[in-house]
Amino acid sequence: MITQTTDWFDERLGIAKFTRKSLNKIFPDHWSFMLGEIAMYSFVILLFTGVFLTFFFVPSSKLITYHGAYLPDRGHKVSEAFASTLNISFSVRAGLVMRQMHHWAANVFIAAIIVHVCRIFFTGAFRKPREINWFVGTGLLVLAIVNGFLGYSLPDDLISGTGLRIAYSIVLSVPVVGSYLGFFLFGGTFPGNAIIPRFYTLHILIIPGLIIGLLTAHLAIMWHQKHTQFKGKGKTNRNVVGVAMWPAYAFQAGGFFFVTAAVIAALGGLVQINPIWLYGQYVPYRVSYAVQPDWYMGWLDGALRLMPSWEIQAFGHMIPNVFFPAVLLPGITFTLLGAWPMIERKITKDYEEHHLLDNPRDVPWRTSLGVGILAFYVVLFFASSTDVLANSYSLSLNFVLWAFRVLLFVVPPLAAFVAYKVASETGAVSTTGRRKRILIISRSSEGEFSTTETALRAPMHEEVIEELPEEIRYHAIKDGHEELASAIAVGAPSGGSTISTNDVDLGPLQSGGTGVYQIPRTPRGGTGDPRGRISRRDKRE
Amino acid sequence: MSKVDNESPTPPEVANSQVPERSTRSIEILVAVCFVISVLATVGLAVTYWLGGQPQVEGGLLFATLGGIGVGMVAWGKYLVPQGPYVQERDTIKSEILERQALLESLDRGSKAVGRRPFLGKLMGASIALFGLINLFPFLRSLGPVPKKALTTTPWRKGSAVVGPDGKQVTSSTLEVGGVMTVFPSNDVGGAISQTVLIRVGTANWTTRPGRETWGPLGYLAFSKVCTHAGCPVGLYEELTQQLLCPCHQSLFDVLTGATPVFGPAPRPLPQLPIYFDSNGNMHAQAGYDQPVGPGYWERP
Ligand code: HEM
Ligand code: FES
Repeated sequence: MITQTTDWFDERLGIAKFTRKSLNKIFPDHWSFMLGEIAMYSFVILLFTGVFLTFFFVPSSKLITYHGAYLPDRGHKVSEAFASTLNISFSVRAGLVMRQMHHWAANVFIAAIIVHVCRIFFTGAFRKPREINWFVGTGLLVLAIVNGFLGYSLPDDLISGTGLRIAYSIVLSVPVVGSYLGFFLFGGTFPGNAIIPRFYTLHILIIPGLIIGLLTAHLAIMWHQKHTQFKGKGKTNRNVVGVAMWPAYAFQAGGFFFVTAAVIAALGGLVQINPIWLYGQYVPYRVSYAVQPDWYMGWLDGALRLMPSWEIQAFGHMIPNVFFPAVLLPGITFTLLGAWPMIERKITKDYEEHHLLDNPRDVPWRTSLGVGILAFYVVLFFASSTDVLANSYSLSLNFVLWAFRVLLFVVPPLAAFVAYKVASETGAVSTTGRRKRILIISRSSEGEFSTTETALRAPMHEEVIEELPEEIRYHAIKDGHEELASAIAVGAPSGGSTISTNDVDLGPLQSGGTGVYQIPRTPRGGTGDPRGRISRRDKRE
Repeated sequence: MSKVDNESPTPPEVANSQVPERSTRSIEILVAVCFVISVLATVGLAVTYWLGGQPQVEGGLLFATLGGIGVGMVAWGKYLVPQGPYVQERDTIKSEILERQALLESLDRGSKAVGRRPFLGKLMGASIALFGLINLFPFLRSLGPVPKKALTTTPWRKGSAVVGPDGKQVTSSTLEVGGVMTVFPSNDVGGAISQTVLIRVGTANWTTRPGRETWGPLGYLAFSKVCTHAGCPVGLYEELTQQLLCPCHQSLFDVLTGATPVFGPAPRPLPQLPIYFDSNGNMHAQAGYDQPVGPGYWERP
């Protein structure tokens, strides 16, 4: 049956070779590689839940009299967008869960992207040849934030409407073209009737379309270039060591999609988010206290608050206050982020290909720079709750504001300094990051205690990457094509294949392709040659 | 990362104590239990849905359904199938030098053939560029009107009747001292840019600044409610300090001196609307605002 199917396809598409190669693809195994996966899976969940929402959401700001299930709003004038969101929340079966899952997935999506970017940054995974994927990734981050904001604006509630008003002012503040930009984007003065239908088209079609395009490119490039991997025994700049795509990786990754979905479902069902019925319909002259955007907008909100009340007025023109924190700052942020691979190359003059990752502590300067920059945005993020902080700790608003203005410039260098110290000092200690050794504590006859490590360790830096040691006995994988297998296993000493019972051959790759070898595992209990051993617990650290 | 000890192997007994033998049998049972939980939860989900649905129950059951499948698959993929580690060599990314040269030659061949007719080439480029440009313009332009005066003026005019959000005429007795409300011109009730905050600070005429002697009759002061920072409605009035607070980024405006910003990012005072009472005690605007309201923009003088 399977033979028939594969033959059917192969005779029409000629895919046997490519598919085979893909099934045998090797994926390095490290938890931090899952961050990008979480982002991708959350996006898939956004698509599913989003399509569900489109069946019920009405993208219109036309005012109607509400007659729905939410009693406090009955008889009030609300927009169709607001009414349909109430309808999704109270009348559509499973509607509230879907809506909340959609919102939670958006938050998880962006959080996962940001942590993923940090992983790429701190390990130097963006270096040649992976610069293109860094650019694509920066684009994805921006699009995700923009689409999150657009979606947040759709229900037409008081908080999102206020956010839109601020967004309009930010667009207006762009020098030279700002007012035209604002008028074309919003269809005239604020609020108008065009925003919600327009943002709807952007939110469900255009931006997701762009995201899908970029995401496809991102994955295709990664597939083609293969993953990076951390340094370790047997790992070189010219190979990939890990689990095979089929079946181990496919099962792990597929299962992990469901795990991500399960967590988002639990959040969506159990943790309330954006209860718009408590905020009410957006009315331009009303405002609620403690307006707070979704978390990924916090840094911009914080920057708007901390900016001194300056404004440039000259030659009959104006550069408004919000331009600096809300146009210039994000502009610089994303430009520098996107350009980082080039900037770093200017500094390091490193034109080599890198497939082995840096341990962050081995590159203290980059690590401390990254930590300092992150600290800057973290301070901005916390600054978006100046009013809440002032209230909860009964401080004066003035004090809190000035404290944050000072912190904004004090915390980043401090954090960078600490990071530098930690990185360079732990980098210098040979045992940092290693599995704890068992200490044998003995007491001498005089009553003094002494400790002995169970075994001596080679100094950290000598263990860094070497070519595959000779003693590791590979075996080229056979599936009946003995001659092929030995032809492929160039450089791998023939014979001697001790594999544990659980491991199975992957089969040879097509001739001329890259070889897939298996590092034999010594049977547990350590009877084999320990020098050639990569046991599972070792590998997973 | 691999931490294989090169120098001396970990004593066997230590190694044994750290790697518990995992029996595949127990993993098989775990995986089976996960899938069974998932099936049961799905049945529960169907029942919940059929009965009309309940968000928390749905969330919990979805968690069990998806989580069961997920944990089952991950456990299967991690403990019941070969893990290697396998080694795969990387392909060289860049092509052979000959390959690249061949590419250049192919490119060259085409460019030469086309380059022979530079005039046609320029003509083609120009026609495509012109098409793009001319079509971009109406596309952009249909998205919205050009700003013209929309940003500089509001619907407030000389003589506009001042009304509340419900459309009711404001009179000299509408507010107590210390009272505050939002008002509009009668032809634009609820308008986003004409929204104005009306405060009564006393019973006698109040002059906020030189030149505004008649603007605050009977202690009524009217300011644009659109924050000069980013346009939020400046909604909160603190009677004690006579300050208006913008809840968006905490700008504070001092009412008695003409809503000058005293704290926060707002760069300009809220424009003041000159008002008067007619002989019947109804409130009107003496004129529109003397400057654009709200946040700044490039053309703002
Ligand atoms: C980049 C991916 C996306 C992000 C970050 C995102 C984010 C959001 C957010 C935060 C909301 C507000 C939800 C609320 O609390 O009411 C929302 C609403 C909405 N989204 Fe998305 N979304 C994404 C993709 C999609 C897609 C692909 C669709 C449809 C094909 C979609 C359809 C909708 C609809 C119809 C609403 C309004 C319904 C409502 O507000 O309840 N979204 N989105
Ligand atoms: S909009 Fe009023 S302070 Fe920012």
